[in-house]
Amino acid sequence: MSRDIVKARDIIKAQSSLESVAAQVLELAKAQGATAAEAALSEESGLSVNVRLGDVETIEFNKDKGLGITVYFGQRKGTASTADFSSGALEDAVRAACSIATFTAEDPYAGLADAARMATEIPDLDLYYPWDVSPETAIELSTECEDAARGYDERISNSEGASLSSHEGTRVYANSHGFMGGYSTSRHSMSCSVIVEDDNGMQRDYWYSVARDRHDLEAAVAIGEKTAARTLQRLGGRRIDTCKVPVLFSADVAGSLVSHLISGIRGGSLYRKSSFLLDKLDEQIFPEFVHIHERPHMKKVLGSAPYDSEGVATSARDLVRDGVLQGYVLDSYSARKLKMESTGNSGGVHNVLIEPGELDQAALLREMGTGLLVTELLGMGVNIVTGDYSRGAAGFWVENGVIAYPVDEITIASNLGEMFMQLQAIGSDIDHRGNIKCGSLLIDAMTIAGS
Amino acid sequence: MSIPMDASIDSVAQQLLVPGGLDMNNLEQVLASIMTHDVDYADLYFQASRFESWTLEDGIVTDGVHSVEQGVGARAVSGEKSGFAYSDEIALSPLQEAATAARAIARQGQDKSVKAWTRSVGHNLYLPTDPLGCLGDKAKIELLEMLDREARKLDPRVKEVIASLAGGYDSILLAATDGTHAADVRPLVRLNVSVIVEQDGRREQGSAGGGCRRDYQYFIDEDRGIDYAREAVRQALVNLEAKPAPAGTMQVVLGSGWPGILLHEAIGHGLEGDFNRKGTSAFSGRVGESVASDLCTVVDDGTLAHRRGSLNVDDEGVPSENTVLIEKGVLKGYMQDKLNARLMGVASTGNGRRESYAHLPMPRMTNTYMLPGQHAAEEIIASVKNGLYAVNFGGGQVDITSGKFVFSASEAYMIEDGKITYPVKGATLIGNGPDVLQRVTMVGNDLALDPGVGTCGKEGQSVPVGVGQPTLLVDGLTVGGTDV
Repeated sequence: MSRDIVKARDIIKAQSSLESVAAQVLELAKAQGATAAEAALSEESGLSVNVRLGDVETIEFNKDKGLGITVYFGQRKGTASTADFSSGALEDAVRAACSIATFTAEDPYAGLADAARMATEIPDLDLYYPWDVSPETAIELSTECEDAARGYDERISNSEGASLSSHEGTRVYANSHGFMGGYSTSRHSMSCSVIVEDDNGMQRDYWYSVARDRHDLEAAVAIGEKTAARTLQRLGGRRIDTCKVPVLFSADVAGSLVSHLISGIRGGSLYRKSSFLLDKLDEQIFPEFVHIHERPHMKKVLGSAPYDSEGVATSARDLVRDGVLQGYVLDSYSARKLKMESTGNSGGVHNVLIEPGELDQAALLREMGTGLLVTELLGMGVNIVTGDYSRGAAGFWVENGVIAYPVDEITIASNLGEMFMQLQAIGSDIDHRGNIKCGSLLIDAMTIAGS
Repeated sequence: MSIPMDASIDSVAQQLLVPGGLDMNNLEQVLASIMTHDVDYADLYFQASRFESWTLEDGIVTDGVHSVEQGVGARAVSGEKSGFAYSDEIALSPLQEAATAARAIARQGQDKSVKAWTRSVGHNLYLPTDPLGCLGDKAKIELLEMLDREARKLDPRVKEVIASLAGGYDSILLAATDGTHAADVRPLVRLNVSVIVEQDGRREQGSAGGGCRRDYQYFIDEDRGIDYAREAVRQALVNLEAKPAPAGTMQVVLGSGWPGILLHEAIGHGLEGDFNRKGTSAFSGRVGESVASDLCTVVDDGTLAHRRGSLNVDDEGVPSENTVLIEKGVLKGYMQDKLNARLMGVASTGNGRRESYAHLPMPRMTNTYMLPGQHAAEEIIASVKNGLYAVNFGGGQVDITSGKFVFSASEAYMIEDGKITYPVKGATLIGNGPDVLQRVTMVGNDLALDPGVGTCGKEGQSVPVGVGQPTLLVDGLTVGGTDV
């Protein structure tokens, strides 16, 4: 029997059992008098292994399931969740949600997403590549990864270990419009973290790889070596004087700037008027060379989803074109509050792509000349209401386009609105691992606080 | 689910074990089956939780959420290795399955015995109440609506109010091969108010709240809820006037209470036993050394009544303790769970905590604070020629290996010639853990604990914690503003 048939059979089995639970709770809600209801269910299992200093540290077996039910009595809403799918527990959950809905206020904006927006076809996005990995194999691969890191250089004095985790799951969403959808996904990752030491103390860094299909993971040895190289680079880190200079965010941290953009154009931030990007639709928020897209249907990619968490069909669109904001990130509730239409983003965005430029990181460093390359950000000093930005950072001081020495214990500060407009260049070196796929970003100038 | 009336082991066992047809003999058999492998220690952790939350915005309570969760985790420890599996069904067969998976960490070996049960005698720091039932749902909503009205009444510049009330309890039962047999029922409530104010097109936010291991009546008593609303509005209005914060290294006065997040980030995490056993902390191997100025005595105290970070017993059945971490500047010891304590040859300090039955325990903080010193807060501020006075904070983060830590001020003022002059915008402060407390030159006499809002994250697990400190002067901390 081919692997594909086994795979298809597994999906159908897990999905159909969740679908029958979903149908059951929608029926219970209706019987309790709810005028509308929606249910989201998930089932997940997996294995995580950590190997440290050549020996197993932990083996964890994961197995989780859950149900969330939301009921509407006209414009009143109530929500409950449970991990117990016995019929008694399902009844209790529905009853709890209905009870809450008798106390919550009439909210004119409450309700399911519009029936006309429900996904009618559910495309197969190729997200399910289960890996029946045994603890022994997981240990072997993790050991190979950690050995590669530890053997890379004698200055590597300690290790936090290497980990492998493999998870697969199925989720189902159903609502009283008659929508019932489900699909299975897998997610495998491997990571490593080691420590180097010199007279000034210890430094730690890490690297990881993540994919839907284990064959798309970076090789264990490559992850280990990259971890070691990154960690060694940090040796001899020092502080710099307080100054105002250009800053290059390396690709693996640059995505965080785009995530702040997303936070600022989320429906919840907008209808609460608590965003630095309020009323910026159709306005210039980046220089003209910036184009940002959302691509929910990319095959085999981590951020992909055929429909959002309200059953609304997802579709490709532009978020920013020629630097101008083209659309917000809305679910049906925030859309109604803003007198707009849902953008299929209940639960978040799906694969945000920043169109890459032509320069790689080395070329960007030359373009920057003298300034700071940031490779690590610490803390949460970002205010989405005002756009004020102040975070701890570590990275490298760059002189005449060349890395001079590592830097740590500094902060970088500015305002997001200004930083977006001061974007000078986008790298070609896209980090594909996250839901936001972005190259290095060069910002004209930020305040560095140091000694 | 029934409301447990007491936290005694029998009562909690009645709630957690009996519905699935389990008794203590079953637990002993399951533990014995794990001990047929080469295992030093094993435990079974049963949990049942019930939580709810209510949220108000635009003047109405639009949503309420009720959730229940239960399950059992089985752990086997062999040397430095841990095997772990869990089930969300509490019954014999899934428990046996989890135990079989967990013991796979070690080879089959000599049978070791399970010690006879010794019932842990925990503290009595909070009542085993179910906070959900203490107030009717209508009264919960009226409380939030009242806070909305109060906040808006305070100032016409208040444009948005979001208020949330959350509460619940965890019942836990533990049985371990070292004979530990323990139970706890842990209530936890939380109220938060955040506001947006607007003036001449400028918008700012303010947020305040509190919580503890009691029931919702706490927020009604002494008008605490109303105080949170007032505090949120006050902070937001201060921020409307804030000018750009300075950039650079300067003297920083940290206010009492929640700014104690400094201790949590700068030294707390670095003193957790796991990092020190592995030698990955900037504080590794430094017990007995001076790591702070002699004005500093810092403790982790899980024994404070009703506090958010307090525990009658930890998640390994060990009664929580008041552990001295730093005494007059000298590092005294680390926070330990059973595994790390055994490997380091010391006793557990009752700091073994886990987010839930589905997570492995590890050394975690409870309530971490600095003891008071001699100076009045006014005296400390008056001593500063040019510096920052930071009184409220958002979150923080630390790299325990390099010791670098950050915490982000959300309310701060400039001090010029010993006087507070004007408010400045929020900014991140960065320092080096093993170094920062050496620079503490004045300690206030005004020790305060935070209002009960802290949640600590470590390796993906969240647990409620507390922090506290008196007013402190740090002679040199880097302030990450924009004003050069």
